[in-house]
Amino acid sequence: AHGVREALERTMLFYSFFKTLIGKEVVVELKNDLAIRGELHSVDQYLNVKLLNISVVDPERFPHMASVKHCFVRGSVIRYVQLPKADVDTELLQDAARREAQQQRAK
Amino acid sequence: RRAAMATAQLADYVDRIVQIITNDGRVIVGKLKGYDQTTNVILDESHERVFAADAGVEQVILGLYIVRGDNIAVLGEIDEETDSKLDLTTMQAEPLGPVVH
Repeated sequence: AHGVREALERTMLFYSFFKTLIGKEVVVELKNDLAIRGELHSVDQYLNVKLLNISVVDPERFPHMASVKHCFVRGSVIRYVQLPKADVDTELLQDAARREAQQQRAK
Repeated sequence: RRAAMATAQLADYVDRIVQIITNDGRVIVGKLKGYDQTTNVILDESHERVFAADAGVEQVILGLYIVRGDNIAVLGEIDEETDSKLDLTTMQAEPLGPVVH
């Protein structure tokens, strides 16, 4: 099971997946409980993301970002990325992940 | 070239005023002067905005800082027009918590 995780990290699968969501609105929940909604502008190989026109999900509890419109979020600090269901083909993603994991194990 | 691709995202923010949220929950504002592929960052004329539930925001002058990449959670571009309209002395909130992996 550990090998599968590493295999998926070594491939660009989730990087490619997030690239298909560029332009869509997502909510990024961080490991410090801050949740930021914004338009996905870009993603890199570390799954760092850049969000445009952000709004904090609980602005009363988190007024700290009141003057920020666009931001960069380090991949290592992301807990969840909430996606619009309509924008994700879960079967395709599942198949791709299974294929990648199998290919990596076979190497 | 790969490193340049990875952090092309921070190139847009150079010489702009940015706000960093660190892994220990601090808010540091300064002018982004440089960065590298591990998102180590150089901030000039920086200050920390200290939040408290029972008091207004305190600003602590820091100066020229290097913030290590593995301690950075968020780097946001400050909209100076919006920021100038904020009255930080009346803003009260719990400080941000630490990042828990």
